[in-house]
Amino acid sequence: MAYDKFNTLKSSVVPLPIENIDTDQIIPARFLKATERVGFGDNLFRDWRYNQDNSVKSEFPLNDKKYSGKILAGGKNFGSGSSREHAAWAVYDYGFRCVVSSFFADIFRNNCLNIGVLPVQVSAEFLQKIFAAIESNSNSQLTIDLSKQTITIDSTREFETFEINSYKKENMLNGFDDIDYLINIKDQIGEFSKNTPL
Amino acid sequence: MSKTLFDKVWDSHVVQQIEDGPDVLFIDRHLVHEVTSPVAFLGLKNRGIKVMSPKRTFATADHNTPTINQHLPVADPLSANQLKALEENAKAHNISYWGLGHEKNGIVHVIGPEYGITQPGATIVCGDSHTSTHGAFGAIAFGIGTSEVEMVLATQCIMQPKPKTMQVNVNGSLNKGVTPKDLALFIISKLSTSGATGYFVEYAGEVFRSISMEGRMTVCNLSIEMGARGGIIAPDEKTFEYIKDLEFTPKGAAWDKAMTYWSTLKTDENATFDKKYTFDGDAIEPMITYGTNPGMGMGISGGIPTAESVDVGAATFKKSLDYMGYKQGESMIGKKIDFVFLGSCTNGRIEDFRAFTEIVEGKKKADHVTAWLVPGSHKVLNAIKEEGLLKTLEAAGFELREPGCSACLAMNDDKIPAGKYAVSTSNRNFEGRQGPGSRTLLASPKVAAAAAVTGVVTDPRSLS
Ligand code: SF4
Repeated sequence: MAYDKFNTLKSSVVPLPIENIDTDQIIPARFLKATERVGFGDNLFRDWRYNQDNSVKSEFPLNDKKYSGKILAGGKNFGSGSSREHAAWAVYDYGFRCVVSSFFADIFRNNCLNIGVLPVQVSAEFLQKIFAAIESNSNSQLTIDLSKQTITIDSTREFETFEINSYKKENMLNGFDDIDYLINIKDQIGEFSKNTPL
Repeated sequence: MSKTLFDKVWDSHVVQQIEDGPDVLFIDRHLVHEVTSPVAFLGLKNRGIKVMSPKRTFATADHNTPTINQHLPVADPLSANQLKALEENAKAHNISYWGLGHEKNGIVHVIGPEYGITQPGATIVCGDSHTSTHGAFGAIAFGIGTSEVEMVLATQCIMQPKPKTMQVNVNGSLNKGVTPKDLALFIISKLSTSGATGYFVEYAGEVFRSISMEGRMTVCNLSIEMGARGGIIAPDEKTFEYIKDLEFTPKGAAWDKAMTYWSTLKTDENATFDKKYTFDGDAIEPMITYGTNPGMGMGISGGIPTAESVDVGAATFKKSLDYMGYKQGESMIGKKIDFVFLGSCTNGRIEDFRAFTEIVEGKKKADHVTAWLVPGSHKVLNAIKEEGLLKTLEAAGFELREPGCSACLAMNDDKIPAGKYAVSTSNRNFEGRQGPGSRTLLASPKVAAAAAVTGVVTDPRSLS
């Protein structure tokens, strides 16, 4: 599924300064029964957003009116656990286009890149600065420039560069996906497969 | 040039290298299940294309299936709908489908090896992170997301940057009462849940040679819990013995030819790894987790660590212990438990049922404990009956359920109620993993069995 192009993003941030946020928190397994990719945003962080009687946990940042925006900032080792792409879908469907953390789990990072959510890995110090900026002003904005590979805290002008391989970067900038690429080299794949026994 | 086992298998599957980008990797076997595939099949439909290689694709239903009354229609309409979608997709694309009630049905990572779909030197993917299990046979096996499932269905390839390599050596031998699950939980507790992120791990050393194929699967299965892309163990006589004459393994001349290749599948003497760890197998005791990720494990006789002694932020550590209702420094022995879950792709194989049965034989299940014993497949279920384990289990007050993922991820009705404690042989103790508000203690089948008969966390070595 090709997705929206990503170039620059300027937005306020929803902060989740918790480490090791796993995919079971991002989208609990009981919400994985769909056969289409719709409605996952409603259940993003379901058990952290709602009590068991479905009342709202108002202190949780996603429910806190002071926070909003298209960027989610999470603590170290974000997205560990399951390979469920539903976690990335939920993040996207809720309205986030970028997740910032000081460390990402591999599969989650891949899944994000495959659906057009940009994972931006920053240093632990820079992540603390982001959280501090939001703490002093909950509307603090970040600017993410994919072509320059920079992330900037607008209020202080502090910035860092982040890594992304140039193939994925091109894909994100143009909204291409891997399948488009692979379908184009199908003959080559067909040749290759002749030499690999079943 | 000297190569690691991982490099050998990876390099031989690269169709194309993209400069400063991922490799295009050919996939030999693709395992498909009901939860992560429907949107991928929908993607194929939207693009107007068919599965490229149905013969390399195998579908089963396991995540979202009931573990009782499997002969009846599935009651939950959403689950039933998902199962129906897979059945229809499999039919439309000519893929073999071992659905509910099929004699070969079971957890995807249990049945792959059982029928010889899993082979040394192969590349294997599945839309489930514990695909790493298959690395026990010297295969490169890893979990993928749904976009990637679509990619493999469409093109039999996946685009992946080549991971770095790590070797984890465990020398010596395992003490009595210590199982491969303990070995894995020990390694994860040392490396943390992100310690191997970005790496593919080769397990080497005497301990891995001495454990069974089932044990190797348990260890490779849990690789993902330290962040690794996968785990791999060089194939040896045990491996070949295990897969010989299975339905999908080569026969006759093809077997001999395969053996010639498979016997080259080991790390060359001078090959280098990006990272190396070495542990002493004799230093490991039965393990149990006390927190909300698999890295929060400890030797069963010890105490819960203090916030200062662990490498996570104090707030994160406290949140975790609060959720569990535990305090730092406390002993785990004697903690009351409510549920026991034996099963999952980590510990749902015949060896695990043997280990559990050995401990409970001649004893009685504690009255207040609810025990769910869920075989990983029909083949395991049949073996439990044939070996007479079922009789022993029933005499001790246990019953068996039907195969599936069950309480490992609690998508079906097998949910641990809020606030209750479960000793589970599965792989994740995340908040709510086994049901909203559930509290999970990960452990081996032996520790689970000891808890099931005593009703509290118990060192299985203390029971005769
Ligand atoms: S048993 Fe658990 S970890 Fe294994 S495949 Fe099923 S849900 Fe995934």
